[in-house]
Amino acid sequence: MSIRFNFGGDEHIFGEVSEDMSLASFFTGLSMTNAVRSAGIKGVTEICPANASFQIRFNPDLIKPQDLLAELKSMEAAASTSDSVLKTRIIELPVYFQDPWTHETCLRFRERHQDPSSTDLEYSARINGYATVEDFIAAYSGQPWFVSMVGFVAGLPFLYQMVERQKQIQAPKYLRPRTDTPKLTIGHGGCFAAIYSVRGAGGYQMYGVTPAPIYDPAMKVRYLSDDMCLFKPGDIVKFKAIGRDDYDATLEEIDANRWQPTVRECTFSLTDFNRDIYGTNAKLMELIDGR
Amino acid sequence: MAVKVISPGLSTSVQDLGRPGHYHVGIPEGGGMDRFATRIANLLVGNEPGAALLEATFMGPELEFTQDVTVAITGGELPPKLNGEERPTWESFPVKAGDRLSFGFLKGGARAYIAISGGIDVPVVLGSRSTYILGALGGYQGRTLKAGDELPIGEASGKSGLSLPVNLRRAQTVPSELRMLPGLYWHRITEASGKRFFDETWKVAPEADRIGYRFKGGTPLEFVEREQPFGAGSDPSNIVDACYPYGSVQVPSGTEPIVLHRDAVSGGGYMMVGVVISADMDLIAQLQPHTPARFVPVRLEEALAARADGNAALARAEEYLAG
Repeated sequence: MSIRFNFGGDEHIFGEVSEDMSLASFFTGLSMTNAVRSAGIKGVTEICPANASFQIRFNPDLIKPQDLLAELKSMEAAASTSDSVLKTRIIELPVYFQDPWTHETCLRFRERHQDPSSTDLEYSARINGYATVEDFIAAYSGQPWFVSMVGFVAGLPFLYQMVERQKQIQAPKYLRPRTDTPKLTIGHGGCFAAIYSVRGAGGYQMYGVTPAPIYDPAMKVRYLSDDMCLFKPGDIVKFKAIGRDDYDATLEEIDANRWQPTVRECTFSLTDFNRDIYGTNAKLMELIDGR
Repeated sequence: MAVKVISPGLSTSVQDLGRPGHYHVGIPEGGGMDRFATRIANLLVGNEPGAALLEATFMGPELEFTQDVTVAITGGELPPKLNGEERPTWESFPVKAGDRLSFGFLKGGARAYIAISGGIDVPVVLGSRSTYILGALGGYQGRTLKAGDELPIGEASGKSGLSLPVNLRRAQTVPSELRMLPGLYWHRITEASGKRFFDETWKVAPEADRIGYRFKGGTPLEFVEREQPFGAGSDPSNIVDACYPYGSVQVPSGTEPIVLHRDAVSGGGYMMVGVVISADMDLIAQLQPHTPARFVPVRLEEALAARADGNAALARAEEYLAG
């Protein structure tokens, strides 16, 4: 696998690890950006990992673009062959699937959808071969997800489920983007889940909402007081399906600023994962359940 | 010690030179869209070039001052009036407590920069006072101004009567030529389509703001056929979601190019055909809707030469003002 490097104007270098999405590509991209960060290269201003690519922004008055490119290329071999062991954390996020707010929004923009006669959940369950919406939700919240990119808008995580490719849930984006999406909606487009950090336009299928803020520019939410964005690339997320009562109770705790998500430190090895996907996931999820 | 907002204009926000370093969590650099105008407005009133000022879009605000200050307006030609009397642009002038600053109709460009001696003293968030409207971050309460807002002003004496001569300002030509380095996913479109993209004249669409500028009126792109990669999505313009450079030119569904600007969305799933060079970013900030514009392909060496020219022009202006 060879990274396709490209200059993005005179201030960016873009590196595409692969055209398609895979955990291996994500890890190579993350290793590259970690290597760039530890190298402390003069003139580098932004280091952004993405799903299967990454981007470095630099000040060409301080470093020649060709010199930076040469430096990045020198890091490629090590990044591609690195053991892909990541010290990270697993975060449990409560999600109220089939909630009334995304349901109402989904009905309001029905004419922009592939299948106006069913809901986003019904449609997604059907095209992914699940007999019922409940089975679909069980698959969605049954296995953990990798934060493979944070962005679009502040704090919005793109999530890639930690299952084999045949089991990846896929769904097209709306035919035309909606002008509204409720805040903290769990959405899905392509093979990625996303959590809308703020209310706004969007094209992903909508499945539910989390009561937990994931971005707080005022930094008043107790678990966002040091860092206004909850998620970083490399985090592992486990959705926990909850009902209306739990949602309301959690929201009350959040309003009183007493609640915080369950977060556990963990180590993830891509080699171990590829050897035994569900065994690796089970061990990760035990960290959450053994609270 | 404040400035009262009597009327806010169309979209006026507090900006400075931005907050680099948080793009990896989706928080864009932000800051004045026209960096040259931002720096010069500040220098004209005796501020540091990166002090917080107001960026007014298409239409000026009306402001009332509660203290004596020095004010300068740069950027687009938005004629200032002090208590109804015309004042020059690109020149600092004194304002007394109780005075009202308003504006006539925009005569050229799109955005004016209103610097006040002492700078606008809103809290620094992540190293900057600029407003990131989409994320409700920084600036005055994370939003554009509203009537009744009171903006705190820093302590400063200021100096009036400084002006920047026309030959030291940036010239705005029509149609605008936006120089661009083809690349990123350029290989996704056919050669004929790529040639046409540069040959045609586009027009700025009404959807033009701090996030990005949309262009219309050109022929839709023709894609090289392929089986879409896993995770990319089914439209030929879709890619596995990637980072978007500042100035990158994405073309959703291959129809209308969007050039991302200072408040860029940091990533997404649309292919980009290249990136507008850093030297031409200020130029975009001054484009009004319906303005004709062309994309002009350049090589990296030309982009760097244009950047050096821009830096030299700024240095000449700064040296002139430093006297």
